[in-house]
Amino acid sequence: MFVLVVGGGKVGYYLTKELIQSGHEVVLMEKDRARADQIADEIGSIVIPHDGCEGKYLGEAGANRADIVAAVTGDDEDNLVICQMAKHHFDVPRTIARVNNPKNEDLFKHLGVDELISPTRMILGSIEQDIPVHELLHLAGLGESELELIEAHLDAGSPAIGRSTGDLQMPEGCALFAVIRDGVAMPLRSDMTLREDDKVIAIGPEDCETLLKEQLIGASATES
Amino acid sequence: MNVVIVGCGRVGSVVAEAFDSAGHKVIVIDRSTTAFDRLPGEFKGDAVRGDGTDEDVLRKAGAEGADVFLALTEGDNRNVMSAQLAIEALHANRVVAKINDPLRAAAYAELGLATICRTDLMSNAILGYVVLPTTGSRGVVAPTGVHAGGEHHHERDGLRSGVRSGPVGLGREPISAPSPEPDSGREA
Repeated sequence: MFVLVVGGGKVGYYLTKELIQSGHEVVLMEKDRARADQIADEIGSIVIPHDGCEGKYLGEAGANRADIVAAVTGDDEDNLVICQMAKHHFDVPRTIARVNNPKNEDLFKHLGVDELISPTRMILGSIEQDIPVHELLHLAGLGESELELIEAHLDAGSPAIGRSTGDLQMPEGCALFAVIRDGVAMPLRSDMTLREDDKVIAIGPEDCETLLKEQLIGASATES
Repeated sequence: MNVVIVGCGRVGSVVAEAFDSAGHKVIVIDRSTTAFDRLPGEFKGDAVRGDGTDEDVLRKAGAEGADVFLALTEGDNRNVMSAQLAIEALHANRVVAKINDPLRAAAYAELGLATICRTDLMSNAILGYVVLPTTGSRGVVAPTGVHAGGEHHHERDGLRSGVRSGPVGLGREPISAPSPEPDSGREA
C-alpha cells in the first residue's frame, strides 16, 4: 500500500519507520527543513520538506495515488485540512487524522475524515478504566494462570445486597474469598449477608466476568 | 446583525470597526489581547481573548447563530476550521474564511465554503495596474463547485448547513462585488 504520512514529529517518524519495515511504500511530508533533512539522513529520500497542507505539495508527494493519507501533525486544524484536501481534492480513499482536542472528534467525523486517533481520548479512557463506577475492578493477574483478582463494589442497585454469600451462584472456577466492609477486611463466610457499599474480592478466570457481574453488580451494568 | 470576527489583525480590525460604526453587534476574537489595540477607542463591540478554533470558546463568546462569521486570522487552516465549526456547530449564516493558498481556497470554495484569497487579490491588483491579464480567482469566492447550494449531496461533501440554510445562505453571492475581469486560468 502507498501511505502518505504528513507531519514528521515523533508520531510521524515512528509511523513511517514501522510502515517501511512492514513493506509499505511511504512518503513523509515535514515542513521544517532541518527536521526533514534529519529524518531523510536516517531513513532515506522519502521525505518531502514541504507543508502538507498546501495542495501543490500534496500533489507533488503523490496524494492522487495514495491509498491512505495519515495526518499526524500536532495541530488539529492542520490535520483536518490535510485530510479534507486529500479526500476531496485528491480522492484519497482513506484518511486518518490525529486529533488532540477530543471535542473536535465529531466535527472531523462529520467533515469526512475516515478515522480519528485521539491520544487524549485514549489516555482518558485508560485512566477511567481504573476508576470504574459500575464495573468490576481488576486488581491483578495471578502469575501464569488465567486467573484474576477482581474487586466488585456493591452499589445500591446490586442484586447481591441482602443475600447471604452462600446463596450467590458463582460461576464455575470462581471463588469469593473476602469482603471489605467499612475499610475492614473479613474472610468470607457462607452465612454472611452482603450490604450496600461492601467490596467483594473474588478470584476467577477472565471469562467468568459476565456472570460475576450479573451476580454482584446487576444486569443493567453489564451493558456498558 | 450579529457579526463575529476571528482574528483581530489589520483586516479583522478594520472590518470590525466598519461593522461596528454601521451599528451592528460585533464580537472580535483573538488569541492575543494586544491585537485588540488595533480597535479604535470608540469600538462598542466585544473583544474576546481565545482560540477561534475551539468550539467552547466560540460558543462562550456568543458566536452561536451569528449572521456573519468571518475567519480572518493569519493561519489558513485555523480559518478553515473556525469557519467550518461556525457552519456545522454554531449554525452561523454567512461564513467567509480567508485562505491565502489559492489552491486550498479554490478547493474549499468547491466544498461549499466562501473563501477570500489575499494572494489572488493582490496579484490581480498588481497585474491589473501594470496592464497584464489577471489570473486566479477574483477575491471573495462564493461556493463555486457543482456541489454548492444543492440539497442532496451535502453529506458526502461534508459541509452540511450554511450553503442552503436561510434566505441569505453561505455566500450564494460574494459579499463584495466581483471585479469585471473574466476568470482566466482559474485552475491553479
